[in-house]
Amino acid sequence: MSHEAVLHGDAHGHDDHGHHEHHDTFLTKYVFSQDHKMIAKQFLITGMVWAVLGGLMSVLFRLQLGYPDSTFPFLEDLLGKWAKGGRISPEAYYALVTTHGTVLVFFVLTAGLSGTFANFLIPLQVGARDMASPFMNMLSYWFFFAASIVMLSSMFVETGPFSGGWTAYPPLSALGDASPGSKTGMDLWIVSMALFVVSSLLGGLNYIATILNMRTKGMSMTRLPLTIWALFFTAVLGVLSFPVLFSGFILLIFDRNFGTSFYLSDIFVNGVGALPNEGGSAILYQHLFWFLGHPEVYIILLPAMGMVSEILSINSRKPIFGYMAMIGSLFAIAILAFLVWAHHMFVTGLNPFLGSVFVLLTLLIAVPSAIKVFNWLTTLWRGNIRFTPAMMFAIGFVSLFISGGLTGIWLGNSALDIHLHDTYFVIAHFHIVMGVASMFGMFAGIYHWFPKMYGKQLNNTLGYIHFWVTIAGAYLIFWPMHYEGLAGMPRRYYDFSIWESFKQFGELNKFISLVSMIVFMVQLLFLFNFFYSIFKGRKLTNQNPWNANTLEWTAPINPGHGNWVGEIPEVHRWAYDYGKDGVDFIPQTTPVGADESQH
Amino acid sequence: MSTLTTREPQRIHPHRFIMWVAIGSIVMMFAGMTSAYIVKKNQGNWLAIELPVLFWYSTAVIVASSVTMILAQKALQTGRSASYKALISLTAILGIVFISLQWMGFKDLELRGIALIGPQSNSASSFLFVITGLHMLHVLGGVIALVVLFFRAFWAKTSETGVVPVQLVATYWHFVDILWIYLFIFYQMIA
Ligand code: HEM
Ligand SMILES: [Cu+2]
Repeated sequence: MSHEAVLHGDAHGHDDHGHHEHHDTFLTKYVFSQDHKMIAKQFLITGMVWAVLGGLMSVLFRLQLGYPDSTFPFLEDLLGKWAKGGRISPEAYYALVTTHGTVLVFFVLTAGLSGTFANFLIPLQVGARDMASPFMNMLSYWFFFAASIVMLSSMFVETGPFSGGWTAYPPLSALGDASPGSKTGMDLWIVSMALFVVSSLLGGLNYIATILNMRTKGMSMTRLPLTIWALFFTAVLGVLSFPVLFSGFILLIFDRNFGTSFYLSDIFVNGVGALPNEGGSAILYQHLFWFLGHPEVYIILLPAMGMVSEILSINSRKPIFGYMAMIGSLFAIAILAFLVWAHHMFVTGLNPFLGSVFVLLTLLIAVPSAIKVFNWLTTLWRGNIRFTPAMMFAIGFVSLFISGGLTGIWLGNSALDIHLHDTYFVIAHFHIVMGVASMFGMFAGIYHWFPKMYGKQLNNTLGYIHFWVTIAGAYLIFWPMHYEGLAGMPRRYYDFSIWESFKQFGELNKFISLVSMIVFMVQLLFLFNFFYSIFKGRKLTNQNPWNANTLEWTAPINPGHGNWVGEIPEVHRWAYDYGKDGVDFIPQTTPVGADESQH
Repeated sequence: MSTLTTREPQRIHPHRFIMWVAIGSIVMMFAGMTSAYIVKKNQGNWLAIELPVLFWYSTAVIVASSVTMILAQKALQTGRSASYKALISLTAILGIVFISLQWMGFKDLELRGIALIGPQSNSASSFLFVITGLHMLHVLGGVIALVVLFFRAFWAKTSETGVVPVQLVATYWHFVDILWIYLFIFYQMIA
């Protein structure tokens, strides 16, 4: 391979790790790889495994919610003592909900999303041969892998996995006697999450350093594609907020294992009596958790926003509208993300004055969010739109972000939130705006960059089926939940059929469960498309199948480690010269002509 | 495609940059801890604790270790490899002395009947233990890095020692020093 020499002579000239894998073995190429592209695929595949497991969990607990009086013998075969007689036990229900939340938020939409696309796109789009520290990058994946193994193993312990909700509030998380899942399951949960935090930090440090330090010649910050800007702010959010969560976890470990009273006080536990602890505050944990928790939702959303901006522009054959405003709004969102955490705590007895400050700051987020939506829509306006599957998912993202963002404004009002907190309204809000929207961003990214990742094309027909069923399904599942929430139906209840006031929702819950199963099936169709196309997909014949401007499409169809054969290309313009002066697209590597108009 | 590319003038070594961001990250962890400390203190049920005298000594030791670290870097720059090795060893030893003094400080508190952990403990002392302990672990990490540097200096021939790793360790070492001074002042002011 001719580019090997270039790679080691040039790109890693500054790199004193001294890894000289001139002959890639199976182990260094596919397992302990330091190539950012392979690491990206590792994150993606691991994330997909978790998405299937987490999705399956939701189908199982939806079975309970939709059909609370029925029994399903196959459940007993699948879950054993957790589903005696074919009905999921309350403990199993809570374990499923908790693991579903944890896994989807952290393993799928954080590691699976940022891990995949930050790794894949940053070096390729800024024009670098690899990350600032490929070794740390590899470690980042393996910490994630270890976290995954530990989380997985927590599902097979005698007392079951942790079951106190993905937010792991004490006392359920701090007190082994509080519930079966609070015992070994919680120990494993916290170990897994600690490993996960380390993984995200290692990744984030690398992403930031690479974006700021390893750009190719001519790639000034304002020529960066918006994907990179979004991934940059994502990494900054992660690097600044995960350590705070880590602090919270350390205190939690001390309360659990060393008898301290950070979160625990002399509460009374059935069958145990009053605890010896004194003066601990469970609210303190909530502060530490949500100081990460809220930035975390943007850690999940921003990469999707970045990719959607890119895909919308490419497939409208128009420059992104308001490039600087897009960066500015990302920046504003990133700042505000640190200042609104207490909107998750309006009903904790928060000082009402403080509450109103958080209301104001929370509602301010609507401004940069609206700017982004406006710019996406104006990018589409009078575009020459190509409805590729990636484009469909990107447009779907915008729709979902609007729908879910609007309900955020409801929740951001503390007075309304007293009624809506911990109801299905919140479930509907965050699944639409974060869960499904970011999934759509991720799908858009996969459909768009699959050719770059594997040198093959995905099947479009399957892509369209996937899109239409998923978007229809997502709205059919989550829209009705708003009404349930407004009627006061609380989240995290095992069985609603015993309440007179929620009986009216029996049929609706059945319907939601049914749709969720269909949507889950369609994701399997996508998985089939993905894996089938890796091996049997149509081979790419053109380096640049979408006629896009960014640098990754100047690399060979199947780039080796080091990305470009020969020199790294130099950049002469921003990434959005589509339809400029009547020319369909002008790659970033094209020098500015003398008679070209200025942008 | 472009023809000729020379790398843009190197801004700051990427690894040094990573170190700075990592420091930002560690700062956030301790900011989280010390904010939690303040929040908890304001909620009452707080034991006012007099800090062990030993913490003053340990502060002096860690400041001294920063000085020896600076001298070590100077020695490396001027190619005095023997004194470089001696000085980083000294820095590492001072780091270990610091950790021991902190540990003895904890013992001192316990002798005064202040439980750090366990059901008898008050969160004031538990916080002191957890935050200080977390800082000690960071110092320990620095000591390990110094030991690695020491062996590198022995095995690699002088020219190969490389300045960047030494710079990284030095930056980190000064950081944990300043971090301790911050924590020490914080304890005095808030407790
Ligand atoms: C205009 C924008 C938004 C506002 C004003 C807003 C406001 C809120 C408020 C007040 C809550 C707390 C509700 C409660 O528990 O009672 C909430 C919950 C939540 N929001 Fe938003 N939100 C917005 C956008 C977003 C976005 C963009 C995301 C994610 C990408 C997001 C993710 C979440 C999540 C995950 C929860 C619930 C967490 C849980 O309790 O399990 N929100 N939102
Ligand atoms: Cu929030």
